[in-house]
Amino acid sequence: MKKTGAEIMWECVVREGVEVVFGYPGGANMPIYDAMLSYPIHHVLVRHEQGGAHMADGYARASGKVGMAMGTSGPGATNLVTGIATAMMDSVPVVFITGQVAAHLIGGDAFQEVDVTGITLPITKHNYLVTRADQIAEVVREAFYIARSGRPGPVLIDICKNAQVEQCEFIYPETVKLPGYQPVAHAPKDSLEHAVKLIEKAQRPIILCGHGVLASKAEEILMNFAVKTQTPVASTLLGLGAFPASHSLSLGMMGMHGEVHTNMAIQNSDLILAFGMRFDDRVTGTLKTYAPRAKKIHIEIDPSEVHKNVAVDVPLVGDLKTVLTDLVPMVDEYDHDEWLKEISDWKAEADTRSIMNWPDDDKLYVPHLIADIWKATGGGAIMTTDVGQHQMWTAQYYALDKPNRWLTSGGAGTMGFGLPSAIGAWFAAKDQEIWAIAGDGGFQMTAAELTTAVQENANVKVAIMNNSFLGMVRQWQEFFFEKRYSAVNMLSPDFVKLAEAHGVPARRVTKREEVDEAIAWARSITGPTVIEFRVEQEDAVYPMVPAGAALDHMIQRPLK
Amino acid sequence: MLYTFIALVENKPGVLNRVASLFRRRNFNIESLAVGRTEKADISRMTVVVDCPNGDLDAHKIEANLYKLVNVIDVQDVTHQPSVTRDLALIKVMVGPEKRAEVNSLAEIFRARIVDVAVDSVIVEITGTEDKIEGMIELLRPTGIVEMVRTGQVSMTRGVNDGVRRVQQGAVGNRYENEYEDMAEMAP
Repeated sequence: MKKTGAEIMWECVVREGVEVVFGYPGGANMPIYDAMLSYPIHHVLVRHEQGGAHMADGYARASGKVGMAMGTSGPGATNLVTGIATAMMDSVPVVFITGQVAAHLIGGDAFQEVDVTGITLPITKHNYLVTRADQIAEVVREAFYIARSGRPGPVLIDICKNAQVEQCEFIYPETVKLPGYQPVAHAPKDSLEHAVKLIEKAQRPIILCGHGVLASKAEEILMNFAVKTQTPVASTLLGLGAFPASHSLSLGMMGMHGEVHTNMAIQNSDLILAFGMRFDDRVTGTLKTYAPRAKKIHIEIDPSEVHKNVAVDVPLVGDLKTVLTDLVPMVDEYDHDEWLKEISDWKAEADTRSIMNWPDDDKLYVPHLIADIWKATGGGAIMTTDVGQHQMWTAQYYALDKPNRWLTSGGAGTMGFGLPSAIGAWFAAKDQEIWAIAGDGGFQMTAAELTTAVQENANVKVAIMNNSFLGMVRQWQEFFFEKRYSAVNMLSPDFVKLAEAHGVPARRVTKREEVDEAIAWARSITGPTVIEFRVEQEDAVYPMVPAGAALDHMIQRPLK
Repeated sequence: MLYTFIALVENKPGVLNRVASLFRRRNFNIESLAVGRTEKADISRMTVVVDCPNGDLDAHKIEANLYKLVNVIDVQDVTHQPSVTRDLALIKVMVGPEKRAEVNSLAEIFRARIVDVAVDSVIVEITGTEDKIEGMIELLRPTGIVEMVRTGQVSMTRGVNDGVRRVQQGAVGNRYENEYEDMAEMAP
């Protein structure tokens, strides 16, 4: 049966299980939007394509399914770029579909023509330029397959306008043929045996759990492994939630703003088990002194991540869940009581500096607020953030016991991610509570999506941590630039009025005693709300490993 | 040191750009890159010579990164394998009738050929290893090289030996015929 290219696109998209699409129409994708009306797709009209990209990203992270965002050619597509890079850096499966000028106009600098496949080449897992209708079915099928399989990531399809309107015979491709795409599932047996030997010898082992645990849905087998071998589990920023924070073997976050005892444990370990993480500079500190006495086992699906930053003793390339499932029966039960005791002593010492022990001084501190939100929500909400101090504090103080509830831009560090990703997450988890924690800076980058939240009645609770500074940059200027503050003073609009102008109920909180009531108020409303917290202006995130320093050389919170 | 890789890639538009872009953004230094068709219509073959200051560690990085490209089917490192390596150069030399014989005899020694003769110049075609071509160029330089073009190196291993493959691939049956429906099928 003959169909137009646009119809074929939707036929395939619907078969991939897509129900919601975040997008923005324009000249070059109008046939796609026209055909969309005949398919069971809920379209969310965003206010800026970057917001749409983050929404699809948030949807994918919260649901574990492939997200989908659309834009038109030229500026529509370039506005998606930051969102695509964000998804790429954090390995999030999103399919982006952009309109392109007609094939015969390509290369002629036509109106709204931009070389989108060229621009997105380094920030997509793969991309396609489609010039004919008869390519669409195969390309869409491949795109979704590539996005969700192996190491997930964004795939972009740029569809020429003529290909959207031309008609051709629609045959759904049952399989995809990708001769060069061969993600590995199992690791070789001899490598597994080598790993078992190292595990057997280890006295001070530590698991570093990354985003790969979530991507591979390996939470349960990770728990089996950790408990069986009594190995403590530290997490990267993106791995939070993969291992329950309340578990006695959980060490919380590692790295630049990680826990003191966690970083100490890494530096003093004799065996590192890196599970689905990539030794980013934010978690290793300087590589020269990184975990100097530790043997390293690296389970990772992407072979290019092996030996990239840290040379390892046993690379196990494969799907984490599969490899761990192979590995767990091969290892014996161990106990590492002495090692765990040593770590808990470090923790007890570091805890004396915790801001949680500070007496009330009538100022609002973000860590306290995050802890209050944690209490009110029972620690079970989906949390999204922007990037900066509030992001690190949320990571530190919103202790997660369950996976896929922590949505933050880790690799790319994209400000403005919080609100749109929360809206996207709401479409994936309408029955769950969703909080977007934002800074005053990041919030203003994508604040226009408040209207999108209103239009969709998305039940997201925004908390703006307003310190009238670009806080993290200010902190670095304080620590490393002799407090010479450059371009960090931030004038903001009246956030309450801004929210209300969008039709969003809003409140401002300036005192500690108002906090609980404000949180309860927000939770009592179905639909978007905004709370602006006027927080201490010059607080800093502790502990902190200065960039390029050794992981155990941390600046700790001064004693009060 | 210089490493030589043979990459089989899908013969599709933009694949060369993907490979070149990858080398640029990962900061690998390409010495030469030659692309052409193979005995299979839908597969092209690249011979890439890359400087690898950290030896095998760099070679692993290059192989692993090439596999990140969906269109790259197979990568072998043939640096240390017995293999036949060729480069072709066309060298235009400024030479009048009086010294033509000299260039001709030089060409003969190198098994090169004069493929074009003009009043005041000749074009020498030479095929061989990098070393041989470099040797010929050095000898022709005093005579006066006015123009030169080289294809870049192409390589093929001898006999039935393959090069080194450092990166394990989850091949299901025939490497060229993979079809998947979902993740479960990828398990060997």
